[in-house]
Amino acid sequence: MSHASTNKSSGPMQRIRRDHKVRNFHQAKWDEPVVFELHRSGERGVIPPGTEAGIASEVGGAASLIPATMRRSEAPKLPEIGQAKVLRHYLRLSQETLGSDLNVEIGQGTCTMKYIPRINEMLIRTPSMMELHPLQDPDTAQGMLEIYHKLDLAMREISGMDAFSFQPSSGTQALLAMASIVRAYHESRGEGDQRDEIITTIFSHPSQAATAAVKGYKIITLHPDEDGFPDLEKLKNAVSERTAGFVVANPEDTGIYNHRIREFTDVVHAAGGVCFYDQANANGLLGITRAKEAGFDMCFFNLHKTFAAPHMCGGPATGALGVAEPFVRFLPGPLVVHEDGKYALKDQPDVSIGKVRSFHGVAQTVLRSYAWIMSLGAEGLRDVARIAVLNNNYLYHKILQIRGASAPYIKGRRLEQVRYSWKQLTDETGVTTEDITRRMCDFGLHYWTSHHPYIVPQPFTLEPTESYSKEDLDEYIQALAHISEEAYTSPDIVKTAPHNSTVHRNDESSLDDPAQWCITWRAYLKKTQAK
Amino acid sequence: MSENRAFAHPYIPNTVPEVQEAMLKEIGLTSIEQLHEAIPDSLKLGGLMDLPPALNEYELRRHVEGLLAKNKHAGAGGYLNFLGAGCWQHFVPAICDEINQRSEFVTAYAGEPYEDHGRFQALFEYQSLVAELVDMDVVNVPTFDWAQAASTAIRMAGRMTGRPVALLPKSVDPDKAKIIRNYCTPVMELREIEIDAATGRLDLEDLRRKLGEDVAAVYFENPGFLGVIEDRGAEIAALARGAGAIAIVGVDPISLGLLEPPSRYGADIVCGDLQPLGMHMNYGGGQSGFIATRDEEKFVMEYPSRLFGIVPTEVEGEYGFGDVAYERTSFALREKGKESVGTQTALWGITAGVYLSLLGPHGMRELGETIVQKARYAARRLAAIPGVTLRFGETAFFKEFVVDFGGTGLTVDEINRRLLAEGIFGGKDLSASYPQWGQCALYCVTEIHSQADLDRLSDAIRKVVSPQ
Repeated sequence: MSHASTNKSSGPMQRIRRDHKVRNFHQAKWDEPVVFELHRSGERGVIPPGTEAGIASEVGGAASLIPATMRRSEAPKLPEIGQAKVLRHYLRLSQETLGSDLNVEIGQGTCTMKYIPRINEMLIRTPSMMELHPLQDPDTAQGMLEIYHKLDLAMREISGMDAFSFQPSSGTQALLAMASIVRAYHESRGEGDQRDEIITTIFSHPSQAATAAVKGYKIITLHPDEDGFPDLEKLKNAVSERTAGFVVANPEDTGIYNHRIREFTDVVHAAGGVCFYDQANANGLLGITRAKEAGFDMCFFNLHKTFAAPHMCGGPATGALGVAEPFVRFLPGPLVVHEDGKYALKDQPDVSIGKVRSFHGVAQTVLRSYAWIMSLGAEGLRDVARIAVLNNNYLYHKILQIRGASAPYIKGRRLEQVRYSWKQLTDETGVTTEDITRRMCDFGLHYWTSHHPYIVPQPFTLEPTESYSKEDLDEYIQALAHISEEAYTSPDIVKTAPHNSTVHRNDESSLDDPAQWCITWRAYLKKTQAK
Repeated sequence: MSENRAFAHPYIPNTVPEVQEAMLKEIGLTSIEQLHEAIPDSLKLGGLMDLPPALNEYELRRHVEGLLAKNKHAGAGGYLNFLGAGCWQHFVPAICDEINQRSEFVTAYAGEPYEDHGRFQALFEYQSLVAELVDMDVVNVPTFDWAQAASTAIRMAGRMTGRPVALLPKSVDPDKAKIIRNYCTPVMELREIEIDAATGRLDLEDLRRKLGEDVAAVYFENPGFLGVIEDRGAEIAALARGAGAIAIVGVDPISLGLLEPPSRYGADIVCGDLQPLGMHMNYGGGQSGFIATRDEEKFVMEYPSRLFGIVPTEVEGEYGFGDVAYERTSFALREKGKESVGTQTALWGITAGVYLSLLGPHGMRELGETIVQKARYAARRLAAIPGVTLRFGETAFFKEFVVDFGGTGLTVDEINRRLLAEGIFGGKDLSASYPQWGQCALYCVTEIHSQADLDRLSDAIRKVVSPQ
């Protein structure tokens, strides 16, 4: 190509102007087929290990080794694809995914999207970790068990609890385990049938109520007082001889810290209930305050949130479950113990809830969080809490200056996140929080509304964590301010977004229609051919 | 501001003192302690927590690698592994690791169908690929593990039938049974079906006796925990259906290139673990459960999981993806939703999709054939050792089989300790869970074992049990 024709000026190199207010972004768009469309008969992606002739001659063909009725009669209709094509396909799909590594992911409030240290990702891929079988003799897994034990000790210090299980593999599974322990505890005291209610709050994660219901409990949901605090009077009215337990986050998803929490746990204890703490929102509390002093019997931390393990598109993860001494015997087993100079797996007594997940939970996550704590120490963890709260209050201050945005409830400072509202913006422009979700994609940013139900109208929840710099926060704020301005001046841009994403707005009309929904490719082929 | 620190922590950029000061000033504060004023002093920690001192990146690497070096392990670690029992050592294609360590997939979470189009597509494809393997039209975004998948399948059956009892064979992995029992209690009651002590298959007479109008589900596995292939699946499913119950079959998906999928012999719900399909053992961290059903509203509306569907977008020629029937989930309805949903094991679903794309129909069939041949070879070698027999004689099995050491005069524990000294992880000791069978162990053989490995195992056991 000739450069002469485009080089009109012979002067000095021009300064490149980069003065756009928001990022000039376009996401990867590969127009990638569904993997079945890459099929080419005869291509192979990989050749698995085969059978040596010596084995085949001794045992005969595979068909002779299984009953005729159990031989697959028709091959699965999997695609046949060469290796490079498979790699390219999935790499393209990865590029069409906006991981938190790639964006200022403060828009996924409640989920603590923090920096994922690469050293930890490297460490979990050590063969002496990846190739460990969970049923190996504990003597051959001493390094792994030492990591479990040392993380247990660190978590005890962070929470004030007396023992941890890392078996639950998400916050939801930890909540299920806690509701199970509540049941086992009351049954051990002969009150299993009588205590059939669990109390929670509306600004807590939906899984608190859902997992308690899985365990057969009736759910009582408390709504906040006018300042956004859980209502102590309502709690007093709710507790009774039927109260099995009280589960709450503090701060709740509003970022409002309930300073009377100790009174809450006292009220529940006085009624004979168990207090269990959802510490999904613990990032602003590390090294500042603990579950124990607030009066909780149990708590859990999401290692994939607060303790810097990645979210992996939605797991595998860990809900680290800690309990006070009277509840240790109910934990799922086995527990890792350090006895006589070595690490061992100790079975739990019969009153234990048994198990909630196979083996020992997600060991990679345990390793990652241990490494993260070791890279920070006590002072570093306190810095995490302080900076997470600083970042959040800086963001909060700036967001409230954006036209149409507000933060319902108490006006004072919040901890690590805030649930905001675009009610005014929606009333004045018709642009909704869902529209803004789609428009934020256009600037390479993720934005989430909130869990249902929308108690706060037109909600959004931002949690900046400690990981982002002031400039990162400013970029996010700028993008929201820009969209607010668009809503007031040219709302259609927002309503028809995304414009710079991989794809355009979905036609969602089929998703709730059994005759039309297509959950697999084969269902899609059947249902679209039928038309 | 942080005391005694001359530099910002690499993970916390705003520990830069000037930045911190400017931000505090912006929000009208003078000290960082003021940020936590909402917390009463009575609840605050007095000083720093008692934790080990912070390590820099290089120190951390040496420290953790030093700990991990204390592990003894299979693969590059040089140990020959014959442990299975729910976590299996299989060949993992390099592309599986390449894709599941992509930064975008590792750090994505709850993005919208637009910014995370690739994540939605990859999970839709995983659903679709597993659907072909099990020959069903609906597969969920994966749950925690096989035990959870089975638990949820049973609860789905309970809701669909309005009945409170589930039957499952005594041969279900005792650890899995613990998980299912905890998850089902107190809403459903589990009852055990006897197994035939000679063949390891389900005792059909006992099943007939226990089927009744209160039974919501009959759950069985193929191959079962003890390795045997249940070749009377059609009969079991027919009995279940005849009694108005749902037939649930748990499968090892890696067997399905060779074995008939349960949908072909009457299963209403199929579940299992994806770990064999491209996940390393990871000390049990590679488990991932799937559930599959027919595409009928009565099934689909009972899933607690997310289900991704394909849809058109407003631009002709674009594939879009979204949540099918989201309103059934606990995300939408809290305690009124179907069980609960949240973070589970999505990345392993994507990886299983990559695995099935690579293996294809021929790879899956060849793999199944290889496994069944190698396992049979190993079993014959072991059974040729004096005092060593196969617990279930000649009942067909896939990759696992129960070895009875009763005739050797040694305990499994003793044998395994001696094998360990030879660099071999012997099979899982069953003597505590199945005391009625004495000294039995569950051995697992897969495609990764060479003939030389299997001969080494049988030579080592021969040496252990008959030292002359």
